[in-house]
Amino acid sequence: MIPAPFTYLRPDTLGAAVAALAADEEAKALAGGQSLIPLLRFRLAAPTTVVDLSGAEGLRGVREEGGAVRIGALTTHHEVARDPLVAEHCALLAMAARTVADPAVRHRGTLGGSLAHADPAADLPAAALALDAEMEVEGPDGARTVPAAEFFSDYLTTALEPGEVLAAVRVPKRTGWSFHYEKFSRTAQAWAIVGVAAAVRHRDGRVAEARIALANMGTVPVRAHEAEQACRDASGPEELRGAGALAGRAGSPPGDLHGGADYRRHLAGVLAGRALAEVVRS
Amino acid sequence: MTAAPESAPQTGRPLPRKEDARLLTGRTRWTDNIEPPGTLHVAFLRSPMAHARLTRVDASRARGLPGVAAVFTGTDVASEQGSLPCAWPVTEDMVTPPHPPMAVDEVRYAGEAVACVVARDPESAADALEEIDVDYEPLPAVLDLEEALAEGADLVHSGAGTNRAYVWPFSNGDVDAAFEGADVVLARRYRQQRLIPAAMEPRSVVCAPEEDGYTMWSATQIPHVLRLMLATVTGIPEHDLRVVAPDVGGGFGSKLQVTAEEVLLLLLARRLGRPVKWTETRSEGFQTTHHGRAQVQDVAIAADADGRLRGLKVDLLADMGAYLMLITPGVPILGAFMYPGIYRMDAYSFTCTGVFTTTMPTDAYRGAGRPEATYAIERIMGELAEELGMDPVELRRRNWITRGEFPYTTVAGLTYDTGDYEAATGRALELFGYQELRAEQERRRKSGDAVQLGIGVSTYTEMCGIAPSRMLGELNYGAGGWEHASVRMLPSGKVEVVTGSSAHGQGHETAWSQIAADRLGVPVEDVRVLHGDTRVCPRGLDTYGSRSLVVGGSALVRACDRVVDKARVIAAHMLEAAEEDLEFAGGRFRVRGTERPSAAVQEVALAAFAAHDLPEGAEPSLDSDAAYDPTDFSYPHGTHLCAVEVDTETGAVRITGYTAVDDVGTVVNPLIVDGQVHGGLAQGIGQALFEEAVHDAEGTLTTATMADYLLPSAADLPRFTTDRTVTPSTTNPLGSKGVGEAGTIASTPAVVGAVVDALRPFGVRDVPMPCTPERVWRAVQEARNGGEGR
Repeated sequence: MIPAPFTYLRPDTLGAAVAALAADEEAKALAGGQSLIPLLRFRLAAPTTVVDLSGAEGLRGVREEGGAVRIGALTTHHEVARDPLVAEHCALLAMAARTVADPAVRHRGTLGGSLAHADPAADLPAAALALDAEMEVEGPDGARTVPAAEFFSDYLTTALEPGEVLAAVRVPKRTGWSFHYEKFSRTAQAWAIVGVAAAVRHRDGRVAEARIALANMGTVPVRAHEAEQACRDASGPEELRGAGALAGRAGSPPGDLHGGADYRRHLAGVLAGRALAEVVRS
Repeated sequence: MTAAPESAPQTGRPLPRKEDARLLTGRTRWTDNIEPPGTLHVAFLRSPMAHARLTRVDASRARGLPGVAAVFTGTDVASEQGSLPCAWPVTEDMVTPPHPPMAVDEVRYAGEAVACVVARDPESAADALEEIDVDYEPLPAVLDLEEALAEGADLVHSGAGTNRAYVWPFSNGDVDAAFEGADVVLARRYRQQRLIPAAMEPRSVVCAPEEDGYTMWSATQIPHVLRLMLATVTGIPEHDLRVVAPDVGGGFGSKLQVTAEEVLLLLLARRLGRPVKWTETRSEGFQTTHHGRAQVQDVAIAADADGRLRGLKVDLLADMGAYLMLITPGVPILGAFMYPGIYRMDAYSFTCTGVFTTTMPTDAYRGAGRPEATYAIERIMGELAEELGMDPVELRRRNWITRGEFPYTTVAGLTYDTGDYEAATGRALELFGYQELRAEQERRRKSGDAVQLGIGVSTYTEMCGIAPSRMLGELNYGAGGWEHASVRMLPSGKVEVVTGSSAHGQGHETAWSQIAADRLGVPVEDVRVLHGDTRVCPRGLDTYGSRSLVVGGSALVRACDRVVDKARVIAAHMLEAAEEDLEFAGGRFRVRGTERPSAAVQEVALAAFAAHDLPEGAEPSLDSDAAYDPTDFSYPHGTHLCAVEVDTETGAVRITGYTAVDDVGTVVNPLIVDGQVHGGLAQGIGQALFEEAVHDAEGTLTTATMADYLLPSAADLPRFTTDRTVTPSTTNPLGSKGVGEAGTIASTPAVVGAVVDALRPFGVRDVPMPCTPERVWRAVQEARNGGEGR
């Protein structure tokens, strides 16, 4: 399909991109285009200006910054999936990135684009939430940092104000933690019916601390607090699965073609149990 | 002049496909790559509502936009657009409502065209659509087949007075007696969900006015049928129309159609005197390229306690959609003859009721009626085996037609020429490791494993080689089923083969080259195959129903034989021998039993061309043609076995093993046959596990994109184990049976049967298609909660 007409800008600095976005209330930022371009082509979005961020310097790549790994917003899923720093300090993000759609999408789609688009069925927002990532936001009034827990505010809606751009994601290094991303989808390329992002600190087969975030269990990625509490000190598959089952109580899942709300709750519980068992076993 | 090599036959060789390089790189003439100078681009405004009266269509603003050449509403073309054709009035009293290509006063499915913009570029056309104002006065959507037939139901066509398009009955033997005396009677209802064919290449049409008529390029399976129908619908003389199907990227039946867009583009080219072009978007195609399946099947089977089948009753509701398109009403009738499958039984009755709904019309989709029939019989055979406590393979063995019984006339009245169900099944069981898997299944059942194992069995047959014209006539179909071929022997000894069948991915160019190479004794690379252009290939009935090789290939055999007959006369003259003393082998004429000089067919071709010294009465050409009308259908068959793991906690289904042993008769190119089987399996598995077109209560298609209508990719499919047995068909000179639909027909019941088999310990008897994880999980929950399963 053919998008409605728009002005296309490709500024070469982040500052210029912010200025361009601030100058037009109906402007949209374009990263990898894997969500925005389909919306444009269906004419579900009709921005008057599209600001392509791909020309802006410094938005791509991964580096260490003190106790965190800083990932530029335009780093692709493919790059996140194979980055050695990500693998060492926050492998959950790589695990989630590897499950996104298909290789073509993973080579074009970006981490920042996925987070800023904030589709609740997406894999990376849940992983970012479980990892307690921080969003580096650049706006007309300067830079600010938003924790993942406050970033996703509603369906396809984030804390980004008009004119603001997500510039990078800072993920705290989680030394001694183990991770697992459990995605349940109908086909390899499909969106998750439910996704479970689990980060667990464990000793001797016993959980010390867990952070579990769920994809597609509400209008935003949600933490499974009850399951997190219940799995403290749990060990053995039986206990872990029992604790995980409480993940089904989190959020307010949608019912759609691919699963009713009750089925999603059931799935979240089963998958969280499996994720915990998998993490502790590893 | 080189002599033809006396090498091994080309037939049976896995020759890589000649056409693949250009098809795979896309460096070819897809219709959308064709753009005559001055082309205008067309976009259609489509109804968002399933059923509504059009009270106002105002295009005045759109007409004034820059780049817009013209805008037409249904009213603007009402006097010339005619009605889209239905070629198969299956009963005398079938209700055939008018089907205007563009809606004039009422829309009857979401996606029906209400106006079109013609503009200098596709972008301007798309923008202008938004400036057309349409007022819709909603009418009730009609979606449920049973409700549609109820007294006082809302009507799709108020003028028709009913939503019943037709009732088509068939019966043979004393069905009541068969059921009354039976030890076991089982009745089941199966739903064939609506499917979206989703060929890789979208539909695309270009139509150009020319001095002496019009040329239409269309991504169609049926250039010949299309030309005739365009002439019939528009009144433009047939000889003023040239239809070209350039390279076409898949059809699966969805391009076996005369579409609204084809008719309208011809009218636009005539009105405007300019070439016009339209290519559907994927979501437009999902809505408005005809759909497939969509039936409710009530099936009952009667058997003796030892498993011997006595009778079968089938009562079908078939969703026609809003209109009857080219063969819409005939699709379920094609299935009518296949319900008894490969089994002997005393009596059979079938009734199909065609029902109008406010949805996109259904029509042929890979298998067309036969997958539905095969699904029903193979599923209920599985249920019967369970009821009798018998192994499902053993139940089939007790009932199938044995190898000594062919030719065998079935209770449905078809005469199966050849087959060997014992051989195909034996080979499949061995490759699959049937006994080992049954033992593993038993272990998992005993241990209460959360992941259960299921095994599905499908011993299918189908009717291919469509079709004997006489039989089509008896079924009231509007055309014959013959096919045509010509062979042009060029002076240099190269060969042009012209076929009336119309390839859209099947590999005709390779297979036809192999046949011609063997029959004429020329190198396979010396053969070029031409197809899909009514001016190049004036006679033909196109490609569908696994007919091309069986019927079109047979026509080619005949045409080649005529070339050889002509050449023999000239060769005898050249070799100064009597015709009857010549033998023809490896491309050379020799005087039998002598060491005398021989003549290559290429030398004869040159001699015929030069015509300096031809025997009296011989024409200066070897060119020949032939039309072949099959004496009967052909009946490929096979045994497909599927193993699935079902995660009873999540409902996830994973195919862990799939074995297909097919008997498609003589194989010309095993690589092509394997490809057809693999692709067919993917589509059959798609129906079993993934695909379903869903409408909401208002009749809007909610699965309008690939995010919601899930097609399996390679990552979702298992490694297939394929093998073949060969019992050549006796109904055509090649001995081939057809393979285009086999995988699709066989696989769906094998997969769903396996899912249900995995869940037998829970008491589950059915999972509606597609067997999504949620449906599987719910079936387990309901069975556990004391229900009988679904």
